[in-house]
Amino acid sequence: METRLKIEPTSVGVDPDASKTSAVGVAIRFLIGIGLIAVMGLFLVAGFLFLRDSTLPNAIIAIVAIVWGLGGAALLFWVFNWIVEQFSDEWTARLQPFVFVGPAIFLLAWYLAIPSVRTFIISLYDRDGVTFIGLQNYVTIFTDRQMIEAFRNNLMWIVFGTSLSVIFGLLIAVLADRSNAERTSKSFIFLPMAISFVGAGVIWKFVYAIRPEGIPQIGILNAIVVALGGTPQAWFVDTNIIPWNNIYLIVIMGWLQTGFAMVIFSAALKGIPTEIIEAARVDGASELRIFFQIMIPSIQGTIITVTTTILIFALKIFDIVWVMTGGQFGTEVIATAFYRQSFVARNAGLGSAIAVVLLITVVPVMIYNLRQFGKERAF
Amino acid sequence: MAKVEYRNMTKAWGDVIGVNNLNLEIPDKEFLVLVGPSGCGKSTALRCLAGLEEITSGEIIIGDRVVNDIPPKDRDIAMVFQSYALYPHMTVYDNMAFGLKLRKTPKTEIDQRVQEAAKILGITQLLDRKPKQMSGGQRQRVALGRAIVRDPAVFLLDEPLSNLDAKLRVQTRAEISKLHQRLGTTFIYVTHDQVEALTMADRIAVMRDGVLQQVDTPANLYDHPGNVFVAGFIGSPSMNFFSGSITGTLDEMYVDSGTVRLRLAQSEVEQLGQESIGKEVIFGVRPEDIHHPQYKPAGVKENLVESTVDVTELMGNEIFVYLQAGEHSFIARVDPRADMRPGDKVQMSFNVDKVHIFDRTTEKNIATPVA
Repeated sequence: METRLKIEPTSVGVDPDASKTSAVGVAIRFLIGIGLIAVMGLFLVAGFLFLRDSTLPNAIIAIVAIVWGLGGAALLFWVFNWIVEQFSDEWTARLQPFVFVGPAIFLLAWYLAIPSVRTFIISLYDRDGVTFIGLQNYVTIFTDRQMIEAFRNNLMWIVFGTSLSVIFGLLIAVLADRSNAERTSKSFIFLPMAISFVGAGVIWKFVYAIRPEGIPQIGILNAIVVALGGTPQAWFVDTNIIPWNNIYLIVIMGWLQTGFAMVIFSAALKGIPTEIIEAARVDGASELRIFFQIMIPSIQGTIITVTTTILIFALKIFDIVWVMTGGQFGTEVIATAFYRQSFVARNAGLGSAIAVVLLITVVPVMIYNLRQFGKERAF
Repeated sequence: MAKVEYRNMTKAWGDVIGVNNLNLEIPDKEFLVLVGPSGCGKSTALRCLAGLEEITSGEIIIGDRVVNDIPPKDRDIAMVFQSYALYPHMTVYDNMAFGLKLRKTPKTEIDQRVQEAAKILGITQLLDRKPKQMSGGQRQRVALGRAIVRDPAVFLLDEPLSNLDAKLRVQTRAEISKLHQRLGTTFIYVTHDQVEALTMADRIAVMRDGVLQQVDTPANLYDHPGNVFVAGFIGSPSMNFFSGSITGTLDEMYVDSGTVRLRLAQSEVEQLGQESIGKEVIFGVRPEDIHHPQYKPAGVKENLVESTVDVTELMGNEIFVYLQAGEHSFIARVDPRADMRPGDKVQMSFNVDKVHIFDRTTEKNIATPVA
């Protein structure tokens, strides 16, 4: 306490706020600010021009790019931070957060918000973006036979794809927890997570491959069927069983996402205090009851989070369908329909409208998901 | 209501032995406290009884059934855990009713039993709350309530007071004792706190490194500890130990450790006998049996030992004095009127009727105070 009292008189003498109020000081700092922005702009523009036009060896260009990129980011931050600190303390506190989140907000706006708005505007025009046709594209979406098929298929993806991943993920997590080979089994289940959706599509095309009867089957499923004396099946391209042939594609997502669900559930299950499980055991609960009445409620939050995350995957599903069928054989989904309209049929208006519909469908799930993350303090 | 018996029970994980050949009979309605330092196997013994751990060999008997292969739910026991282990997603009512619902008890009976238990524990107003919305003390009561409603044959309590603050612990201690009297059920209570053991138990079982050391009533355990470990573990501050030997004759026998040399009372000389003379021993005197020469109870047969005061701690009703006599240091609990300052030289008065003597190699008691 004493030392503090001694310091105070001197600290009044060098009050940093004192210079902030004098008119000359303000003018000088204003000029320095302008100068700094100019220098920074020069550095960024010069670097950009150099990188665009340079014919130097690639290694040197790469090094310059790294220095320019990192240095530029640091410079941007430092200059704006300095400028913000010249204001009164109150305004510094108010503005400083934007120095940090500003760039992110800018990028999000540039790459996400503005394109969304533009997509919506385009969706109100015809295929060439010339004539304004109001909501005509949306009417098409909800009446066109193929689009309705896509919606139906997406619904199947959501219901079966999500439940497949979540149920198997949970089941494996619980069983692995009690197994001696927990690590190995979990590693194998998790492995497909490392494979891209496109890669998975290619792999499963081989799994489902069909050759005419009499020729050796290269697909493992048909090889088994034939070996057991059956006739080769067409699986996912079998148009007689539409819409259920979609299930063959949905299984692939299950294969990919079960690992994700399992890992998260496994962590959540390990978070349940053992004493609670033991208390239930002493209380007289069977293992099945413990699972349904103690474990599931305890990890309910995690289950919701995982379910919504996978649900969003299912809504946006594109790669698997595109690789396996290109949307034929009654397997079209919203995302492939969007791609087909935008880039194959060159109908920008309809394509954009489909994209908007997909976006609007995903947003509520997304918001719910983020809220859940917030509750679990994932952020 | 049932008696419990451990018969040659051993629990091991590979080479690590948790409980080593435990033999212990707990009669019906007894309040038995298992006490010992952490890692002594007391919790393991309890968990084996609950069926949460499989035993390696031996038998556990509840009532007249060997329960080795019976799952926890069929052992007719209830357990209170240190962390309370309440089901976080259920209300207090549902927490307490859970076990009864599983047993398909009629709804009206569940309600009646829960309400009654809640009344006994004073948690009626909490029945709609979730565990998160309650304090530690309240959760602890709910955990007790969950055990009570089941009306089990045996109550198992695993350090149930360890997560409570000091004041609440003392209060709840008394309440658990009352609960035991009221329910008249066998209680088996695990704790590392010897004060809890002394205050609550009908009998105390002291364990160390998986081995049962001694089972007796609190008073007997305190007055006649069977070995050096029990003597040091029970009582706070701990008993003072001195390493020395027995000297003198049958008429005038001493325990002698150099600076601390005490002439033994006749009763202890009789226990030792002629053949003990010259034996290497550890002898112990409890802090309350060492007095300030001016403030000692009437009729104490004393033996003065020249000592130097190191530190004093005033406890209000008494003073803990840390003393030094030659190479020995020891603690005395003396009358608060005694004016003792660090550095003072005092002739401390040892009560020679209260000397505990142990064989130095076996650490077993060979002479204990009589009366």
